[in-house]
Amino acid sequence: MKRLLIIGGGTAGTMMANKLRKALDKNEWEITIVDKHKTHYYQPGFLFIPFGIYSKDDVQKPKSDFFPTGVKVIYSDVDKIDGENNKVLLQGGQVLKYDFLIIASGAKTNIDETPGLNGKLWKKSIFDFYTIEGAVALSNFFKTWEGGKLVMAISEIPFKCPVAPIEFICLADAYFTKKGIRDKVELSLVTPMSGAFTKPIATKMLSELLSEKNIKVIPDFYIERIDNENKTLVSYDEMEVPFDVLTIVPVNTGDEMIARSGLGDDMNFIPTNMHTLQSDKFENIFVIGDAANIPTSKAGSVAHFAADVLYENLLNAIEGRPLTAKFDGHANCYIETGFGKGALIDFNYETEPLPGTYPLPGIGPFGLLKNTKMNHYGKILFRWIYWHILLKGKELPIEAEMTMAGKKKEYLQ
Amino acid sequence: MEEKTIANQNVKLTSEGYLVDPSQWNKEIAIEIAKEEGIDLSDLHFEVLEFLRKTHESGNTLTIRKVGKSGIVDIKGLYKLFPGGPLKYSSKIAGIPKPSSCV
Repeated sequence: MKRLLIIGGGTAGTMMANKLRKALDKNEWEITIVDKHKTHYYQPGFLFIPFGIYSKDDVQKPKSDFFPTGVKVIYSDVDKIDGENNKVLLQGGQVLKYDFLIIASGAKTNIDETPGLNGKLWKKSIFDFYTIEGAVALSNFFKTWEGGKLVMAISEIPFKCPVAPIEFICLADAYFTKKGIRDKVELSLVTPMSGAFTKPIATKMLSELLSEKNIKVIPDFYIERIDNENKTLVSYDEMEVPFDVLTIVPVNTGDEMIARSGLGDDMNFIPTNMHTLQSDKFENIFVIGDAANIPTSKAGSVAHFAADVLYENLLNAIEGRPLTAKFDGHANCYIETGFGKGALIDFNYETEPLPGTYPLPGIGPFGLLKNTKMNHYGKILFRWIYWHILLKGKELPIEAEMTMAGKKKEYLQ
Repeated sequence: MEEKTIANQNVKLTSEGYLVDPSQWNKEIAIEIAKEEGIDLSDLHFEVLEFLRKTHESGNTLTIRKVGKSGIVDIKGLYKLFPGGPLKYSSKIAGIPKPSSCV
């Protein structure tokens, strides 16, 4: 029996298990998936919890609901990967040998990387919405908050779902408007990037949108520490931003197990070939999703498009063929903008987000870099698609490779 | 894209003043670009620039934190060398693309 091992049963790992169980002969290949947690979270839904749009139950289901039959599942922490000897050591002492390994261990928030974040204000006046606990705590806090300075801050790049802070601040604008206290709430977005977004055309569109909503953007602000006494963010070049409530994206890093295995870079992300998805260090290790260091968004859509490429390349590798499938860094993100509207961006390594229509040229129904009701419906519908189609590894009528059809090329320089 | 002569060499620049082709870079060009940003380059500046170019060449994404862990300067030191937006300015002077921070 040959062995395929998948570390991580989140979005990427679950999709790969579903695709590969269908493709690989059950008498020839044993597939095992290892994960330390039993609950699958629909992470894009966390954003809606602080504003009472989703509850906890809307975003969680047992992971076991999504694993195919014929796949062995082990719930355990991984001690380390021994790439030289093709084996993985689990924390309980169990050893798993593999012929091929897929690492899909994701990225997580790390509150100890920023001095003062894990201090006395944490979960009292400082919150995150990248964990279920943080999102729920913030939802309870907002119910009775009477106004003041609300700061949404990004600690470091890269981080999961790069549009989420923009969505958060837009949804906060809508939430406090409906509550009738928008005039008592000052909203700002603090970012280490040089604008609301980095690519010029999308930045222009999003900056205009934020400015219409009276949301201040404070760019080039690189957080050194948080002063709990004076309730201020302090940057490395000694600028200060005061807050009454701070919502923060903590520094994102890969899993500690990656460091223990000697496989990560200084942020614990795994050096990975951006086109083939093979790890730089071992030929029989592939990396998918947020765990990889590839220069695209850390987002479910990226994992979804990458899954098609990894599927092909893994079968290539098993058969000893060259890795002919090439990932283009394709990402597709709905941006919830509040008041029942949304925007959409579609891009890859080479092409920045452009205006146009998606997925059908000239028809849509979604508008790229446009703020429409239809885009919002897309985002809302997506949760159903995620649970019922995407995780199960079923086909969606969207190509993995980004297409220029429907995009307005005249915006390119 | 525009063509410009810097330190007697023709180079292609993006609309934001970054070198289109990192291989056109040399120390004289760095000194000229730095001057435009109001920075006088020291040996320590050049050590940082070399680190940036090497990291970029190996295909890795640069962040301020990564430079801070390079052993050349800490993050505060980097801000002193390239005030305002250390990675933006240092990348420009190092002749590598503007940090895109993988959105």
